[in-house]
Amino acid sequence: MFPYIPNGPQDEKQMLDSIGIQSADQLFEDIPAEVRLGRKLNLGGGMSELELARHIIAMAGKNKNTDELVCFLGAGAYDHYIPSVIKHITSRSEFYTAYTPYQPEISQGTLQVIFEYQTMIANLTGMDASNASMYDGATACAEAAIMACESTKRKSVIVSKTVHPETRKVLKTYMGFQGIEVVEIDFADGVTDLEKLKAAASAATAGIIVQNPNFLGILEDVAEIEKIVHENKSMFIVSVSDPISLGIIKNPGEYGADIVVGDGQAFGNPMNYGGPYLGFMAATAKMMRKLPGRIVGQTTDIDGKRAFVLTLQAREQHIRREKATSNICSNQALNAMTAAIYLTTLGKKGLREVAQQCTAKAHYAYNEILKTGGFKPVFDKPFFKEFAVKGTLPAGKVNSALLGQGILGGFDLSTAYPGLENALLFCVTEKRTKAEIDSLASILGDIKEGK
Amino acid sequence: MKTIEGLFYSKDHEWVRVEGSKAYVGITDYAQHALGDIVYVELPEAGASMKQDETFGSVESVKAASDMILPVSGTITEVNDAVTEDPALVNQDAFENWMLIVEMSDPTELEHLMNAVAYKEFCGEEA
Amino acid sequence: MKNYEKLIFEVSKAGRTACSLPACDVPEPDASSMIPEAMRQSGEVELPEVSEVDVVRHYTLLSNKNYGVDTGFYPLGSCTMKYNPKINEDMAALPGFTGMHPYQPAGTAQGSLQLMYELGEMLSEIGGMAQFSLQPAAGAHGELAGLMIMKAYHASRGEQKRNKIIVPDSAHGTNPASAAVAGFEIIEIKSDEKGAVDIESLKAVLSDETAGLMLTNPSTLGLFEKNIKEIADLVHEAGGLLYYDGANMNAIMGMARPGDMGFDVVHFNLHKTFSTPHGGGGPGSGPVGVARQLVEFLPVPVIEKAGDQYVLNYDKPKSIGKVKSFYGNFGVMVKAYAYILTMGAEGLTKASKMAVLNANYIKEKLKQHYYLPIDEVCKHEFVLGGLGEDLHEVSTLDVAKRLLDYGYHPPTIYFPLIVHSAIMIEPTETESLETLDRFIDVMIKIAQEARENPELLKSAPHHTPVRRLDEVKAARTPVLKWEQ
Repeated sequence: MFPYIPNGPQDEKQMLDSIGIQSADQLFEDIPAEVRLGRKLNLGGGMSELELARHIIAMAGKNKNTDELVCFLGAGAYDHYIPSVIKHITSRSEFYTAYTPYQPEISQGTLQVIFEYQTMIANLTGMDASNASMYDGATACAEAAIMACESTKRKSVIVSKTVHPETRKVLKTYMGFQGIEVVEIDFADGVTDLEKLKAAASAATAGIIVQNPNFLGILEDVAEIEKIVHENKSMFIVSVSDPISLGIIKNPGEYGADIVVGDGQAFGNPMNYGGPYLGFMAATAKMMRKLPGRIVGQTTDIDGKRAFVLTLQAREQHIRREKATSNICSNQALNAMTAAIYLTTLGKKGLREVAQQCTAKAHYAYNEILKTGGFKPVFDKPFFKEFAVKGTLPAGKVNSALLGQGILGGFDLSTAYPGLENALLFCVTEKRTKAEIDSLASILGDIKEGK
Repeated sequence: MKTIEGLFYSKDHEWVRVEGSKAYVGITDYAQHALGDIVYVELPEAGASMKQDETFGSVESVKAASDMILPVSGTITEVNDAVTEDPALVNQDAFENWMLIVEMSDPTELEHLMNAVAYKEFCGEEA
Repeated sequence: MKNYEKLIFEVSKAGRTACSLPACDVPEPDASSMIPEAMRQSGEVELPEVSEVDVVRHYTLLSNKNYGVDTGFYPLGSCTMKYNPKINEDMAALPGFTGMHPYQPAGTAQGSLQLMYELGEMLSEIGGMAQFSLQPAAGAHGELAGLMIMKAYHASRGEQKRNKIIVPDSAHGTNPASAAVAGFEIIEIKSDEKGAVDIESLKAVLSDETAGLMLTNPSTLGLFEKNIKEIADLVHEAGGLLYYDGANMNAIMGMARPGDMGFDVVHFNLHKTFSTPHGGGGPGSGPVGVARQLVEFLPVPVIEKAGDQYVLNYDKPKSIGKVKSFYGNFGVMVKAYAYILTMGAEGLTKASKMAVLNANYIKEKLKQHYYLPIDEVCKHEFVLGGLGEDLHEVSTLDVAKRLLDYGYHPPTIYFPLIVHSAIMIEPTETESLETLDRFIDVMIKIAQEARENPELLKSAPHHTPVRRLDEVKAARTPVLKWEQ
């Protein structure tokens, strides 16, 4: 009757006889009557597979997804092309129906994939060691801040306002409950205000967090920030919310980061209305044993064969309990695997090419939008694939007009930054064509003219 | 389980060997045995002043971790880099391979520690 | 095939690629005019260069060295490794869901929002709670959110001094770890000989500083906490709150609800109880549910129904804030939603009954061959104490490793900490009588081997892609990435 419950009445009877009872209900007699439900759950009856599929397909149909809309929205979730091989590999159930690889002898598949993932993340970020993933970029950032406080024995972190608003919100929640102060630094012309940063840094500052490219799409002056951070003996935490950028811009290791965190969604994971994504986290060798979460290491088996295993586990909650570096247990392993397959598929040239096309198309879009005359730049700084422009109408109105033409418009910056009224943050990935960009510019031009 | 006469022992399984005002501090043979193969030792930087019962570092094996608790107050004058570089030394000889040297600020604290006989008895109860 | 030993970096050959992009159809200005030299990458990122065939073969061969629920029986206690229905995967992969940007206007995301809203309602009914938030990404994350809610609640009543969380010594490691991350002090209390809360120990630590007690029910020994009402009353009288770790919810769906037992905060693991796959470690989903008086503290945004529209409401002044970007692991939620609709009320109850019957069946068959410290009716799992004292030279680890040779994933071992040499067996409801019988036979055979040929167990496994690993070497001199 239930396809996922193989045992029927005959089997049940045989088992009951073997135990020496008459009914399975007897096995629940230890539940005191006062806490027993005593009625059926109010959930309705079961659905057949066909009914279920009809129901859920109809539900998905109520959405307007980015196959139907042309997406110029980014802001932390990116519409990149996902190569077909990825789903074919991640849907191998030897991978996705496995638990955490606590039995390494029968988990070398997962373990080796994670080891390769760690290698790729370390190489991309220019760090010595990566963990096996965190929930997302925002929680990874909060964990990095805790790491900085632990290792500097200081109780305050500074975060630039150009860091993703979601990341700052999550950071504020986590820090608030730990009694760690969070100091936000304003921006000037779209980048972290260095004078204000200098003034805010103190002997209490455990870590300084910047995002690069920042939330506004702009490249931060990381060389100057690095000096301020390290002169203050704080930890330099770099958040990378758009990891495709690492195909073209300098990696955080090159400019002196101590901990690099970020969100790996753009590496082959669909946008999926916000999750599951993966947070990545990498650090210098000095910080390796302070990393939260699972880490895979290389070793040998008793025959001397190369093999992989979860290692440095004494940091973790199942051993250290309340003294663990973090409470994280389940992570986002399958999404990390997705990222590894994506990076393998693209390879060093492919990632560079995707990053370059994003840059070129974003700059083309920027220029075409400005040419309409209805929009002005909000900042005058180098950017990667996202940029802010400002018109005369509220962003919400502009976006409604775009939606009417089948375009998912930019992020309304006024919702995160009071003061940036009428400003939109557009994102252009390699998926967008010249025709789509031209159409965006043309519709925006019409909006200016009040059509 | 090995103990050495003439040392002081804490209930947290650290030993103290006194030389004048200097105290060598390490973990006991009982502790290293309970942990198993030690894979990592974390020690503070020399120069720090710490109080009795403060956590000064940790030792980790594959399946366990334990904080090390300072048995006597004072200034840490030296840490043993040899054990951080090769933690297996602690398994080989826990009494030879000390963790750090403390310039004691209050040697009367030693009175609260156990001698070898009392410590042996203490471990017997714990087991 | 299982001898495939290459890393993808060792397959790599300069110039190969597995990707094809359309040519860039916009003018490509000189890179330095877009990104200044000083900010551009100097070298190349060290990534593999392989063809598409290489990619597919590499990962397929690696998958052969893995073991999932689809491979075989996975009685991993506390983890509820039930079968992961395939239709759920299909539903979660619908482009109508996967292609949704999280910042799309709510009006274009009504399907996703409706699904989340309805899933929240279903979980509330199953748990007996007032409202759920789906934001937490995993069980431990749900714990953290729940503990933050408890702290915010006490603070809102001017009771900041309530900063102590009581955790039994049988608890999952995440319980004390989450409480520490939420900024609490942890008091551990001893369990009684049956792994239940020791009422006197509890009374002794309750005070006006008690924030709450965290409990798993059934406990990690697989036994229902019979004194739950008394415990709840004691904690509530002391002004504390009761937290339910939902790891073991698979035992009691439709039979009893945490809300009715007096729990104020609950988290469920969609990747355990509600059949979503574990993914080799994640993604999971750990929705947190609360009683009426705690609703206003739930994370934002809250999904609400306004007329016939679903909306994301951020205007909750007492909320703890956000614990994750966006709204949680949406793709996982689709699978749990599909599962609950398929099973229905009757199916979920049946699942719990069969999970419990399966566990008791194995327990009764194995207790003559292994040490069973608590010989009474269990719920969905039970804990053996190894092979017993006369066989102390063969360890629980050896038994687990020998199971690998017979093609089984071993049970959870050495947990809970309060049972020496623990072997924790959770069969789940999705296994047939024949599977259980085969497993029982193998376990009995291993017990015999332990007597007749202990060396066979101590050197196990013999037939796996790799044999026992040098974990000491891995931790002493960590190699965490591939280097040429």
